[in-house]
Amino acid sequence: MAAVTDQQMASRREKVVRRFALTDAVFHAVSRASAVLVLVLLGGVAVSLFVGSWDALSKFGFSFLVTESWNPVKENFGAAAPIYGTIVTSAIAILIAVPIGIGIAIFLTELCPRPLRRPIGIAIELLAGIPSIIYGIWGLFVFAPFIQTKVQPFVIDFFHGVPILSSLFAGPPYGIGLLTSSLILAIMVLPFISSITKDVFDTVPSVLKESAYGIGCTTWEVMKNVVVPYTRVGIMGGVMLGLGRALGETMAVTFVIGNAHRISASLFAPSTTISATIANEFTEADGEMYTSSLIALGLILFIITFIILAIARYMLMRIESKKGA
Amino acid sequence: MKNFFRPMAYAVAVAASAGFMLSAAQAADISGAGATFPYPIYAKWADAYKKETGIGLNYQSIGSGGGIKQIKAKTVTFGASDAPLSGDELKEVGLAQFPMVMGGIVPVVNIEGVEPGKLVLDGETLAKIFMGEITSWDDAAIKKLNPDLSLPSQAIAVVHRSDGSGTTYNFTYYLADVSADWKEKIGVDKAVEWPVGIGAKGNEGVANNVAQTSGSIGYVEYAYAKQNKMTYADMLNKDGKTVAPTAEAFAAAAANADWNSQPGYGVILANQPGAESWPMTAATWILVYKQPEDAAATGEALKFFDWSYKNGGKMADELDYVAMPENVVKSVEEMWAKDVVGSDGKPVYSAM
Repeated sequence: MAAVTDQQMASRREKVVRRFALTDAVFHAVSRASAVLVLVLLGGVAVSLFVGSWDALSKFGFSFLVTESWNPVKENFGAAAPIYGTIVTSAIAILIAVPIGIGIAIFLTELCPRPLRRPIGIAIELLAGIPSIIYGIWGLFVFAPFIQTKVQPFVIDFFHGVPILSSLFAGPPYGIGLLTSSLILAIMVLPFISSITKDVFDTVPSVLKESAYGIGCTTWEVMKNVVVPYTRVGIMGGVMLGLGRALGETMAVTFVIGNAHRISASLFAPSTTISATIANEFTEADGEMYTSSLIALGLILFIITFIILAIARYMLMRIESKKGA
Repeated sequence: MKNFFRPMAYAVAVAASAGFMLSAAQAADISGAGATFPYPIYAKWADAYKKETGIGLNYQSIGSGGGIKQIKAKTVTFGASDAPLSGDELKEVGLAQFPMVMGGIVPVVNIEGVEPGKLVLDGETLAKIFMGEITSWDDAAIKKLNPDLSLPSQAIAVVHRSDGSGTTYNFTYYLADVSADWKEKIGVDKAVEWPVGIGAKGNEGVANNVAQTSGSIGYVEYAYAKQNKMTYADMLNKDGKTVAPTAEAFAAAAANADWNSQPGYGVILANQPGAESWPMTAATWILVYKQPEDAAATGEALKFFDWSYKNGGKMADELDYVAMPENVVKSVEEMWAKDVVGSDGKPVYSAM
């Protein structure tokens, strides 16, 4: 009797264990398939971009990257102007948004009076939720006229005659241009950077901070020596996410950048970006070479994003290895 | 698990059958795609037509290039384009082409102290402004055309379209027609390499940028200039007369054009002769297959277009478009009867 019960118990246990093994195997397969799917999708995007841009790349070759002319009439295309615009606007946007974003995060985690924390936090997240077309319209109707009438004439006068700066801030005050779209981009990427930075700051064990305060550190020293080193990877992640958005942003940029295929020394001059060019011209592009050149622009943006992310990874790895040493 | 999936399966089945029913109901609709410029008037005609006949129009305004691609891929019954296809291209694909409705392109300006219709420009000057050769409003060439106007010594801010567009095609066609320099250096297309200025998306974008920027000049469809009460410039036309952009001036250009000179009525209405003609008039075209696979669908489409020719003039007026003149309509109807035929060799639609 007892032996039978033991046997029954054993078989039941075996059943349960087998079921666990099965669910585990299924879970393993599903999660691995999801991970592989990302690679397949990315590969598919890369291959189709490459195939689509083959006509243009084989015709223009390397000169596609350095030619400024974008001439649909003569079917002579070069990507220099949109590449320049994409990189410069994103770089300026990140330069502005990173210090402000980290500043907001520090304020919210360390200095902000409790009752204000939630409203400010929610406001920042709302900023991230606004569709880019709204930023574009706001930029065109409110921000650009303000820049045009209040900022640009003053800045142009102020730097008049100063070498380098006078050519950096030159030209007729259109209101829209490289700088305006950089500023709009900065506002757009700000919430990504600040809310991620705030979240990673919250993960710092309070015992670490408390012990630092305990030995007499100021808030500044705690941030600089404890919180930021502890969360460096997370901050970098937020910045990369912001940079990714800035590089690929289309709608808001096309409203305020001026859409001109020209490289100009002045930050006030109209320019264009890769995504703005594609969005503007793809629907009406007829002719193989025109379409192919636009797809080639897409491929270039893909590669730029890849390179920047790779650099970020590399930098993180170096930081990590230094810490280990 | 079972309990979870069953309702979902039901939901999918219901959604799928609903989708089938919906597509069956829409099968009678006319499908087309293409130019954005005539979209408002096509939508208005379609609305009135549906009330009368129960047949709707499914028109995707994805741009002329997209319209041409879609008709070539045979995913729509008709394509629409602001730039006509050449005779060779029509022949190659087996398409028939006819003009549907017209509009005008108007230079709009924002100069302090200059009222609508006070500034006069000619093609040569306009070309030089858009090439960046005339850079100030008090340039001698502009002063010469406007001896009575006090023009400021202000830099000209040029605003052009950033997206490819039929409006740009017609505008550059006109500039190339009047200026050999423009023809050689810049050329004619739906998007060109602009030497100066800022690009704005769509007619509304150009209108906004001109309205906001002092000293600016741009070009928009007449309807945008009128509805936004913008300051437009009058033009010196081919006959050397000063004309204002009006429906009559656009109609005059169409009436004076020699429509049969080009295959597929591919006449660009820029710089047409006649004392009354507005020099930047533009037509928009419809493309259908000469021997359509689905003759009934093409017949329905032609029926709609014929109805629009005959009943749509007033609606076109209201939206600041211009209906095609009667002689052109008659010629198009004759072309349909002759060229657009089913597999049995009979016309797919008879206008008579």
